[in-house]
This record gives sequence, C-alpha cells and structure tokens, in this order.
Amino acid sequence: MPDTTIKASSGVARIFEAIKLPVGDPFALAGLLIYALFIVTALAAPLIAPYDPTEILYTADYDLASDLLPGQEGHILGTTSLGRDIFSQIVWGARSALLVGFTAAFMVAFIGSVVGLLAGYFGGHVDAVLMRLADVAFGIPFLPFVIVISAFSEPSIWNTVIAMALVLWRDTGRVIRSQVLSLRSRGYVEAARVVGSSDLKIILRHITPNILPLSFLYGSIAIGWAILTEASISFLGFGDPDAISWGFMLQDAFASQALARQAYHWFIPPGLAIILVVSAGFFISRGYENLLFPKLGR
Amino acid sequence: MSTLKPFLIRTLQLLLVLWAVVTILFLMFRLMPGNPLAAYIDPTFTAEQQEALIRQFGLDKPLWQQYFTYLGNLLQGELGDSFRYRTPVAERILLLLPNTLILTFSSLIVAYTFGILAGAWLAWKRNSRFEAAALPAVLATRAMPEFWLGMVLLAIFSFSLGWFPAGGTRSAGTSYDSLWQLYTSANFLSHLFLPMMTLAIYSQGLPLLLMRSNMLDVMKEDFVTMAKIKGLSPSAVVIRHGARNALLPVMTSFAIAVGYQLQGNVVVESVFSWPGLGRELVNAVAASDYPLAQGAFLMIAIVVITMNLIADLLYTFLDPRISHA
Repeated sequence: MPDTTIKASSGVARIFEAIKLPVGDPFALAGLLIYALFIVTALAAPLIAPYDPTEILYTADYDLASDLLPGQEGHILGTTSLGRDIFSQIVWGARSALLVGFTAAFMVAFIGSVVGLLAGYFGGHVDAVLMRLADVAFGIPFLPFVIVISAFSEPSIWNTVIAMALVLWRDTGRVIRSQVLSLRSRGYVEAARVVGSSDLKIILRHITPNILPLSFLYGSIAIGWAILTEASISFLGFGDPDAISWGFMLQDAFASQALARQAYHWFIPPGLAIILVVSAGFFISRGYENLLFPKLGR
Repeated sequence: MSTLKPFLIRTLQLLLVLWAVVTILFLMFRLMPGNPLAAYIDPTFTAEQQEALIRQFGLDKPLWQQYFTYLGNLLQGELGDSFRYRTPVAERILLLLPNTLILTFSSLIVAYTFGILAGAWLAWKRNSRFEAAALPAVLATRAMPEFWLGMVLLAIFSFSLGWFPAGGTRSAGTSYDSLWQLYTSANFLSHLFLPMMTLAIYSQGLPLLLMRSNMLDVMKEDFVTMAKIKGLSPSAVVIRHGARNALLPVMTSFAIAVGYQLQGNVVVESVFSWPGLGRELVNAVAASDYPLAQGAFLMIAIVVITMNLIADLLYTFLDPRISHA
C-alpha cells in the first residue's frame, strides 16, 4: 500500500514544508520579514528604546519634558503629555503585541484543532455536542464578551487573551472538523484501522500532520485579531495598566486631547505599528491559502 | 414542506443558542468578583436603604433562584432597572438601538456599494500594476484598528479642517418635532458622516475581496465562455453574465457583516461619543451598571444570532446544493 508509507513517513517533512513554503509567495515573504523585524524589536526592546517607556522625563532646564515635538531634545517621536518618550513606548509596545498575538494564536489554533479532530474523527454525539458549542461561540458577540471578561476580572493581559481564545476557536474548529471528515475516509486511514491501530495513534500519526497547515493558517489570522482586540480593550480603558501597549498609547493620546491639539506624532505611530504587524499576519495567511488551496491561488 | 423544514430546524437551533448565550451572560455577571451593588449603593445610604436595594434586585437569594427569576423576567422583556439612571433598562436600550442601527446600516450600504463595484473592477483589471498596488492596500484597511481610523479622521476633518462636528448626534440645544425630522436633518447627517465613513472604510474590504474572487471564478464558467463566443461585448459579458452571478454570495455576507459591524461599533461609537448600544455597553461596564451592561450585551447578541440565521437561510435558498438534512 504505497499510500500509507508516503503519508506516514512524510508527516514531519510536511509540517516543515507547511511552515517554510509560503516563502515563495511575495506576500508571505513580506509578512515573514515584517514578523522578523517585529520579533527582534520585541526581544531587544531594552537595547533599542532610549528611555524607560513609563519614566517621566525632564528637559535640560529641569522642566517637565511634556508634549515635545519630534526631534526636540533628541526625542525621535517627541513626548507624551506626561513627559514620556513616544518612540520608547512604540518599541516596548511590540513586546505586549508579540505576547498577546502569539499566545492567543497558539490557544486558538490548539483548542480549535483539538475540537475539530475530536468532532470530525469520532462523529456522533461527540460531534453534535462540540458543534453546538461552536454554534454558541458564534452567537457570542466577540468584542463585548472580551470587554466584560477583561473589565470584571483582574486587569491583566492574560485574562484578555483567555477571553479571546474562549470565542475565537470556533472558526478553526469548524474548518478542521470538515477537513478531518474528508481525511477519515481516505485509504491510508482505513488501512491503519484495518491493521488495528488505536484511535489515538491514527489521529496523531495519520490525521494531525495533515491538518497542521490549516491550524497554522488560522493561527496566523488569529495573531492579527488578538492584537487588534487587545488594542481595542486597552483603548477603552479595560487593559492591563502596567503594560505599555500600542492600544494603551492610543488611549493615553485620546484622553489627553492629542486630537484637538493635532499631535499627530503621538497617535499616528502606534496605529501604523498595529497595521504593519496585523497585515503581516494577513499576508502570511494568504501565502498559506495559496499553498493549501491552489485553486484559489491568484 | 421541504422548504419549511430547514427553516424550522434552524430557528429551533437559534433558540437553543440564544438560551445558551443568555445563561452564559447570567453566569458572567454573577460569578465575577466585585460587589454588583457598588455602583448603586452610595456610602451615605442608610443600612435600611441598602437592604431594600438588595431585596429589590433579588440579590439575597441563592444563585439558582436568581437564575430562574432572571429567565422569567427576560421572557416578559423585563431587563431590570439601570443602577445609574434608575430607569428601566429595556426603555434605555430601545432609545439607543435606532442610533446604532442607523450607523451600522448606513456604513454597510456605503461599504457594499463601493466594495462590489471596486471588486468587480479589480477582477476586470486582473494582473495589472493597479491591482498589485490595490490589493495590499485593501488588506491594510482590514488590519487597521477601527478606533484609530476614527481618531485620524476626527483629527483631520473635525479638529484641523473643522468640516464636521467632533461627536454626538446633534448640536447642543437643537430639538426636532419628530425622530424622522431629526434623522433627516443636515445637523444629524453631518454628525453621522465621520463615524459612518470610519466603519465603511473598514468594512469595504470584505465585499471587495469576495466580489473579486467570485468574479474570477464566474468568468471561468462555461456560460461566460458561451456568451463570449456568441460575440457579446466585453462589458455585456462582465455585467450581465459575470457580475450578476458573482453578486449572490456577496449579498449573503451582508447579514454576517451586520453582526460583525455591531461589535466594531463598540469602539467607534466611543471615539465619536455616538449614543448607541456599544458606547452604552462600555460605559455601563466601566460603572458596574450590571443590568444595563447585560441588556446592551443581550441586544447585541440577539442581532448577531438573528443575522447568522438569516445568512444561513439565504445560503440554503440561494444555493440548493447545500442541504440541512
């Protein structure tokens, strides 16, 4: 049975391909490069940022360094009304975004994949229960749900991330389930069953490697959603008060009348940073789509 | 009979989902730490006053009893009284709902009109330089935080140029004889413009990308090739045979977009101080006004669930290949 050997032995190789191949797509390549820049910035934040992002700074004349314009007193992007360095906040904001984006994406992809695998493979009551749960998750208004959980629990990034994951697994779960349904009836899975492989072994060895690219696809979309959602939560004032995030910066600018004072240098950069990182996720997911569904690829 | 059955099954599922969401809502608001009376009981209240308030909201009973009281009240449309306004929540929500719906539908109509035309145009311009530049730009609009886009538009068109008012639904001190007069007044429309454009710019990406990819699919179908062979002009082929067939799935997505838009409204309404359900939800949550927050959440959930159902049914009736057996 050539089918069996090819699929079983190439499991790891397939995962590797799935992660690596979108490089051939110019969109995905651009996305990956943006991610690389973003990850380096987040990791090296203390080295790149000239100031502590929360430190209240003073000018050489011992005045509060508030509302400085870009370039004044050596502040690349100027300072906030409280005298904090805007560029340093942007750099440190990458760290919050990275943390939120990747943990939320991992949780979404993990929960969604497990639900999809169980529902698709076992079918019957398991499938019915899990898919009704997905229906309920689709009925929950996403942002309001995250707002309520974030506001009523301890203000921390983790509660926001968990609230997001509790709802967002729904798309991944449904798509992976239908993929598993079609995989389950393939020859090599039937063959493994006839030989007497256990359900667990069939799921892990024969089915999971084939759905991993889909998990990555939905994970890379979830990174963007998570960063946008965290920004909204922080902007509305329900975020972690100890974390400097791009959403927090925008809330600070909005509450400090930066709009009326036309302090564009304050509220434009955090928005551009968010757009850059979120669209990088979209670009990568497009690359995956072209790879996974060549019919759609154009 | 056969067309009625999927409708009934779907409606039944909708009710189940609604019940589940209502239950989650109840648990979310009761099991959270913090005293739900904090916003309502002022430290200056006497002990008797505080006790009366606890009894009034049934908060001294066990949780399961509170749950059934809550379900019973919901069935009668009774959402309790707002802690802050001391008026019925249902009344307040019905007052704000039109503002939210006007914002949602006006922005989606603008977004879909633009998105459908631009999507068809981009499919027509396939593989051109123009397309290569336009696609990343469209994806970038999907990556924008909506509230940030609102802030930028507000700073430019309201604070810098002074073309539009900065927030609210009408200038202070203006009054109108009827709601119709208010909603059609230049004053209201100028207040509506910026938040509407914010949501529209964000939302046009979905219909645009859908329309484009559907057009590319449809243009490969046999009947389009047939039309070309018959010698119809390119514009007749694109509009009469291509666009008409590519349009159906885009229209179905409108229903789902309404649900998503309601969620985006939450932040955009806050930026523009637009008195709608989303802003009310945020304010109520911030002030621990539990009944009002629950009511606003429930109303948004009902619209989302109903729109999901409508999208589902549209799929069934428009595409007979999908069955709900």
